[in-house]
Amino acid sequence: MRDNWRLEKNRDALHTRARMIYAIRDFLVNRDYLEVETPSLVPSPIPEPHIDAVSCGDLYLHTSPELCMKRFLAAGYPKIFQICKCFRSGERGSFHLPEFTMLEWYCRGMDYRLLMEECEDLIISVAHNLGYGDIILYQGKTLSFRKPWEIISVREAFSRYAPVQMDDAVNEGLFDEFMVCHIEPHLGSGRPTILFDYPVSGATLAKAKEEEPGVAERFELYMGGVEIANACSELTDMKEHHVRIEKVQNYRDSMNKTLYPLAEHFLQDIANMPDAAGIALGVDRLAMIFSNASVIDDVVAFTPEFG
Amino acid sequence: MYSASDLKKGLRIKLENEPYIVTEFNFVKPGKGQALYRSKLRNMITGAQFERTFRSADTFEPADLREQKMQFLYKEEQKYCFMDNESYDQVFLTEEQVGEARNFFIDNLEVEVLFFEDRPLGVTVPNFVDLVVVGAEPWAKGDSVSGKTKPVTLQTGYQIQVPPFIEEGEKIRVDTRSGEYLTRVKG
Repeated sequence: MRDNWRLEKNRDALHTRARMIYAIRDFLVNRDYLEVETPSLVPSPIPEPHIDAVSCGDLYLHTSPELCMKRFLAAGYPKIFQICKCFRSGERGSFHLPEFTMLEWYCRGMDYRLLMEECEDLIISVAHNLGYGDIILYQGKTLSFRKPWEIISVREAFSRYAPVQMDDAVNEGLFDEFMVCHIEPHLGSGRPTILFDYPVSGATLAKAKEEEPGVAERFELYMGGVEIANACSELTDMKEHHVRIEKVQNYRDSMNKTLYPLAEHFLQDIANMPDAAGIALGVDRLAMIFSNASVIDDVVAFTPEFG
Repeated sequence: MYSASDLKKGLRIKLENEPYIVTEFNFVKPGKGQALYRSKLRNMITGAQFERTFRSADTFEPADLREQKMQFLYKEEQKYCFMDNESYDQVFLTEEQVGEARNFFIDNLEVEVLFFEDRPLGVTVPNFVDLVVVGAEPWAKGDSVSGKTKPVTLQTGYQIQVPPFIEEGEKIRVDTRSGEYLTRVKG
């Protein structure tokens, strides 16, 4: 018998991962969320400037189930969740796999502020369910789940950590560079950080703030410098959807990126889209936190290189 | 021509007419943002290190370097000596120039010595090298299913994590790229 060293090495992490996924289901089912499934093969991937889909015959592997999940909301399903594999072309690094596991949940009538609380509740419940107390050790540093968590706006994070202001970074086209090099390393140290109110240019399907239209009602959850989840008050306005999608198409065109077919069924259903908030959480990344792993390879059984 | 997505640890590129090696590399992508390639580069002549973040659209020329098959002969005061098996020419590399490859230098090991013009700059060892365990704690029975590891010392002085059943005197195969244990070698 040949021993598979990788599977042996990751045994503890794979146990933690499995128990974590049970705990997530437990939390959401208890809060009356319905678990749903949507196709992995879709005719039109989500319109995003920087997310590339893997094509498969005439169809694409979904980059996230977001569009189908919103069609559930539009059809009157109030609370839904899904745990599924998602696929993104060209994404491979310490925190990225081209095939990864995503948790998405959506709630009608909620906004991003309320969703922040529910997100906190989920993480705390999962931690307790896994037998952890309020404090865990991640990469040699303590991480306390006790509320209140750090909740700061992107604008404030720029003032605090970056050498430029948020608006200047956006105008110079260097928002991502400052985020990665100056801001992210500080986030989620000691306790989780919720970073909120992103420039609308980076939040295609998020609702803009009424009092500040350049900013979207979007937040990201960070722990130990690692981005765990992305959430927003969902965009419901039909016209605004068309405007945003056209912007994405123009950008992709200018960068010589693949232009995807318009998500027609989604755009039709959006007419009935209620106010809602939704969140996408990287299951592999959360498993990294709970098994104290520094690379995503350590929380999956197989990587593309050793598949 | 390389693009940013070709970058990886060990790749040699030319920037401002000097050869650089990528010493650290990570693909990052802030939420909904663009892909960025964070790299640490080392100037292969001066040894100077710096960090640089590239975007997908960035391109680079490969560094014009030549590799020569040579044999590891000996180490003398912080210098490592290698010989060309055909011409018998010998070259020396410093501790810094050989880097982590020093963990795998066994007598007569065939290596690739890297030259920029006529200057030796560095060395590449084979991907897999078999090394003898010279120091190990004995295996406590019952440890085999726990997935735990233990540290052992190899003949080159390299310390490595291995499965608990590996004992002193055994030979193991090491992946020199990751520095990790691969398998036990019989005989």
